[in-house]
Amino acid sequence: MTTSTNDQAGAASVMPDEATRARVKRWRYAKDGASRWLVGFGGVSVIGALALMFLYLFSEVMPMLAPPEMEPLTEYAAPGEAGERTLFIAVERYQEVGFRVTDAGALYFFRPDSGEVLQRITLHIPDGVEIVSHAFGEPRTRLNILGLSDGTALLFRDAYSLIYPEGVRMVEPSVEFPLGEEPIRVDDDGAPLSVIGAQQGARGFNIAGYTADGRLLLTNVDARRNFLTGEVTLTRRGGVMERPDYAPVALLLSADLRDLFVGDDEGRLHHYNTLNVTAPERTQTVRVVSEGTGIGALSWLLGTVSVIVGGEDGSVSQWFMVRDEDNIRHLTLIREFQRMPAAVTAITPEYARKGFATADADGNIALHHSTSHRSLLQRQVSDQPVRFAINAPRNNGFLTVDETEIVRYFSLRNPHPEASIQALWSRVWYEGRQQPDFVWQSSSATDEFEPKFSLVPLTLGTIKAAFYAMLFAMPLAILGAIYSAYFMTPRMRGITKPAIEIMEALPTVILGFLAGLWFAPFVERSLPAVFSVLLLMPVMIMGLSLAWFMLPKHWRGRVVPAGWEAAALIPFILLFGWICVEMNPVLQIAFFEGDMRQWLTDRGVTYDQRNAMIVGVAMGFAVIPTIYSIAEEAIFNVPKHLTQGSLALGATTWQTVTRVVLLTASPGIFSAIMIGFGRAVGETMIVLMATGNSPVVNFNMFEGMRTLSANIAVEMPEAEAGGTHYRILFLAGLVLFVMTFALNTVAEMVRQRLRKKYASL
Amino acid sequence: MKNWLKSGTPWIWLNAGAAAICLIMVAGLVALIAVRGLGHFWPGPVMEATYAVPGQEPVRVLGERVNDETVTASVVEDAGQPVPEDMEVVHRWLIKLGNRDLTGRDFLWFVEPFLVDRSYPHDALHLERMEWGDFYGYLRAVTEDGAAVAEGEAAWDELYMRVSRADDLRRRITRIERYEIGDVNNRMERLRLQERRHELAGTLTGEVRESLTGQRAELDARYAVLMERRSELQTQLSRDALVAETADGRSITIPLAHVVRATRPNGIGLAEKIGLYIEKFVEFISGYPREANTEGGIFPAIFGTVVMVLLMSVIVTPLGVLAAIYLREYAKQGPIVQLIRISVNNLAGVPSIVFGIFGLGFFVYLAGGTIDQLFYPEALPAPTFGTPGLFWASLTLALLTLPVVIVATEEGLSRIPRSIREGSLALGATKSETLWRTIVPMAAPSMMTGLILAVARAAGEVAPLMLVGVVKLAPNLPVDGQFPFIHLERKFMHLGFHIYDVGFQSPNVEAARPLVYATALTLVVIIIVLNLAAITIRSRLREKFKSTSD
Repeated sequence: MTTSTNDQAGAASVMPDEATRARVKRWRYAKDGASRWLVGFGGVSVIGALALMFLYLFSEVMPMLAPPEMEPLTEYAAPGEAGERTLFIAVERYQEVGFRVTDAGALYFFRPDSGEVLQRITLHIPDGVEIVSHAFGEPRTRLNILGLSDGTALLFRDAYSLIYPEGVRMVEPSVEFPLGEEPIRVDDDGAPLSVIGAQQGARGFNIAGYTADGRLLLTNVDARRNFLTGEVTLTRRGGVMERPDYAPVALLLSADLRDLFVGDDEGRLHHYNTLNVTAPERTQTVRVVSEGTGIGALSWLLGTVSVIVGGEDGSVSQWFMVRDEDNIRHLTLIREFQRMPAAVTAITPEYARKGFATADADGNIALHHSTSHRSLLQRQVSDQPVRFAINAPRNNGFLTVDETEIVRYFSLRNPHPEASIQALWSRVWYEGRQQPDFVWQSSSATDEFEPKFSLVPLTLGTIKAAFYAMLFAMPLAILGAIYSAYFMTPRMRGITKPAIEIMEALPTVILGFLAGLWFAPFVERSLPAVFSVLLLMPVMIMGLSLAWFMLPKHWRGRVVPAGWEAAALIPFILLFGWICVEMNPVLQIAFFEGDMRQWLTDRGVTYDQRNAMIVGVAMGFAVIPTIYSIAEEAIFNVPKHLTQGSLALGATTWQTVTRVVLLTASPGIFSAIMIGFGRAVGETMIVLMATGNSPVVNFNMFEGMRTLSANIAVEMPEAEAGGTHYRILFLAGLVLFVMTFALNTVAEMVRQRLRKKYASL
Repeated sequence: MKNWLKSGTPWIWLNAGAAAICLIMVAGLVALIAVRGLGHFWPGPVMEATYAVPGQEPVRVLGERVNDETVTASVVEDAGQPVPEDMEVVHRWLIKLGNRDLTGRDFLWFVEPFLVDRSYPHDALHLERMEWGDFYGYLRAVTEDGAAVAEGEAAWDELYMRVSRADDLRRRITRIERYEIGDVNNRMERLRLQERRHELAGTLTGEVRESLTGQRAELDARYAVLMERRSELQTQLSRDALVAETADGRSITIPLAHVVRATRPNGIGLAEKIGLYIEKFVEFISGYPREANTEGGIFPAIFGTVVMVLLMSVIVTPLGVLAAIYLREYAKQGPIVQLIRISVNNLAGVPSIVFGIFGLGFFVYLAGGTIDQLFYPEALPAPTFGTPGLFWASLTLALLTLPVVIVATEEGLSRIPRSIREGSLALGATKSETLWRTIVPMAAPSMMTGLILAVARAAGEVAPLMLVGVVKLAPNLPVDGQFPFIHLERKFMHLGFHIYDVGFQSPNVEAARPLVYATALTLVVIIIVLNLAAITIRSRLREKFKSTSD
């Protein structure tokens, strides 16, 4: 370089001419600019991608908070002939065909978007007989029943089949008569059935009726098809139940055919046990609306466990049978929903969820969900009383019909009614439970299952796991860090640090597998040994130090030189551990009647083989390196002049450690603990493998838990994308993300401040 | 005593104890895995004994001792086993009896004092079988088409010969099934998709249809030939069988088609045992799993892990390095960059499962679903990329390990002395020249460190993979000889997940246990080697820069 600048003649011959130089320069600057842009773009987009993660998690959670959207599509006069009154209206799952039942005994299939009649079916009702009552069954059965004036009833349901003429999907409606097209006799005396109710169960159909002359009837009809002849034979049992001392207005039968609820005109609900159809017994009577008002409407929820009561005062409440300690069931008020402005006229349950719709006499409709205790939407659709309002099977459409027989058709988006702050974080009274509780049970084999989405057991489980892990890891990691940063000889430190760093890199799946398959069975049969190690190890170490201290002064340094105590202790610790394990049977027999596990169980302590103690040790193992290396760094970097000053003033090394070093390094140790805690909170595989993953709410060290992270790992693959369960799992992920991110950020800030402090000292 | 407390010695010793325990735990864990994992391949002695429980018919037992423990009498009693009188502490053995097809229980605990007449018979036969796990018995004869060809001592040589013949035949059948028939099936599927694509595009003319039918007929013919060859080989394979006697005296005929390996553990010398050990080890590393992953090798898992990690490295290195260079060299240093730096750093502490759900939701469902609709409409509704797979797993892990690479690279960049930068700039180099010609090459080792750490982390990470692409048993490797050779959309097997799955989801955990240890050992070795490499590079680097900056 220097030669070329000095030798001008040479330079002149080598140097390119002006133009080339300018071109090269331009090219170089262009490259520089391009590189700047490339790096800038790349860098910003990578960082953007990381930020995107947070935004994406958030965007998956947000839709749960969005209120339902309901848009009116069309309205038209009810399809069919004028003067007929609607008893029932519905739409099938593809929303291509609607279905209407009228009091003239006519069934209409129509196009829900225009009201155009596709098909009209006239029911086989004898001349002179009138329809006097109507009811519908559990929504999935699509069952309708008409009570007639001659003491008979007619059951039918709308059915749809998909056909593909020319490859285009078409919905073909039809009507099915499960008990035949002719009405079947309910009252042998032939009195009009002024109130009716029906349900389909495993043992046929139960039909309840109240006659105009004041008798309550219950009939079970079972249809059996002879598989050779195809002939259907009906068997009919039951008869008159009683002459009630009240006036029924609605009858509800459960799908297990066990319960019959009768609502009366004074606002009371009467319960009958109908396990034996021929001899039903009345068990209780409960007032379900406030004094002086009557029942406006009554309906089951999906699964026929809960009864929704709509009062004439607009009240909406949920009731079901709760068992008490003596196993006696009592009809209990579970929760009240937001009132309707006027008397409730109709309640219809949703098809696949524990939600329902209500309508009132002022033309309002509302959507509610029972588990989450939410009243999601309320709006006025008409200035007339609404006769009937119903959700589409997939909850994406809504039909109403009012007193003037105007049908209104709405589009609906109500994807996540199950989620609410209360459902996620408070005690919820689930169907069939004795009291409100925190439960996580997201799915089950049956359709009518009530999903239980309480995040409390999972959060507590997470904290429990992290707590036991920290209990195990903190003393070991911090004490170890103090020793290796301050006392250990550099040579030994040169081995210890990398060894523990490698420990950090060990896959957690290996820790989990060892914990679950090796450590958990070992602990189960060696409980006394494990506890004696945990409790006596410090005593043993202190004893050794005393023994060492008792040695003559000039021997001490030779037996164990300063800084090599840890190495000297290793054989003793191993020996002590071995002795404890060998002594295990002796301890078992001496103190625990031969088996400590059984001994614990006898004393009422539940013992799971894979429990919090196992997780604590395994996860402690995983967080020790994290805590150790950060704490060690903080202690090691305490400026030397501080410690030297302290020692020079006559403090012992231990005094220097506790009063100077630890005090100065305490923020660093604190941040080490925080980061370790963050890691314990998010750890998945260890918890998955070393616990039974049952979501329990307790802090018993001998029981397992289910953590947020393990729960995601277990349930995410099965969760339907976009569903409430899926989004709640994302919420769990978001909670984990925010929690660990916040913990780490605080810890990092503390560390940075500490670094600055050290630099200024 | 007072002096002792005052001097602080007990506390120092307590600290020392904590450090010692940490060390013992690390070493103990690695040693435990190593011993159990390596012991898996050793042909242990087969013991014959009579289990004589007082008051019961004595039972002959033949098997390998796999575990023993000393427990109290009440534990044994609770387990429903007999206890010798006036013994408070009982020693019991877990013996692997094999013969699951005959007895139903292949592992049983035996109370040691009742095991009498122990011996290690010379002619004990140990079979590894294709199904029903291991077999223990005594070789009686070798048969060909039902007729005995060798008996007694001579049967052993005949058996070894015929087992290796059967092994060869089985290999050929596997080759036909896995590669040739697989190839035909693959082509068939491609034809189907081609037809569907034409159908969607409306270009399914008679000509196209004809050509497709022609190709299909050709494939069908090839398939028929292959099937015929296969059934021919299968007939050959079913020729030989062995007759063995079990410990309880039953005579069993086992076709050699089902025998993977036949050994007489008590009748061979050390050299042969070592040979057998190596053979089994090689089979474990290079073989395919059998019997719901509880037997055989883990090659697909190793292969899947390696391919996934490589793909991840290809993604994460440029991205991480770019981001680090931007943060360190181009971005204006200030509170915002500091904040970004802290955030990136903290992302390393975000639970991996969170990355997993992000990968599932964003990559698989959103990005994958979109790709399917745009590029693979012919395969719908069966998803191509809209389902967990190799590419998404790599991408998710790349995101997970991005902070590791960024932090390491940044550290490397910050270690480069200012003087070098200034020197380069002073000589007239542009910023990019300084960067790409001097700074980046100098920081390359630290990038390497970051990458190695990232790879080590990715190789051991399981939780997110469970959501974005790992399966317990993948029918095909993600890279094979079929067009387009690298199948980014395929699901793959992974060592870590293999451990979880075999150890916790398999029906016979006891039988799978040794294999899990061996798999764990493989994974631990890979990760420790990678980490030691990173640590070594890092410390070398530190030394190097210490000298340049001084």
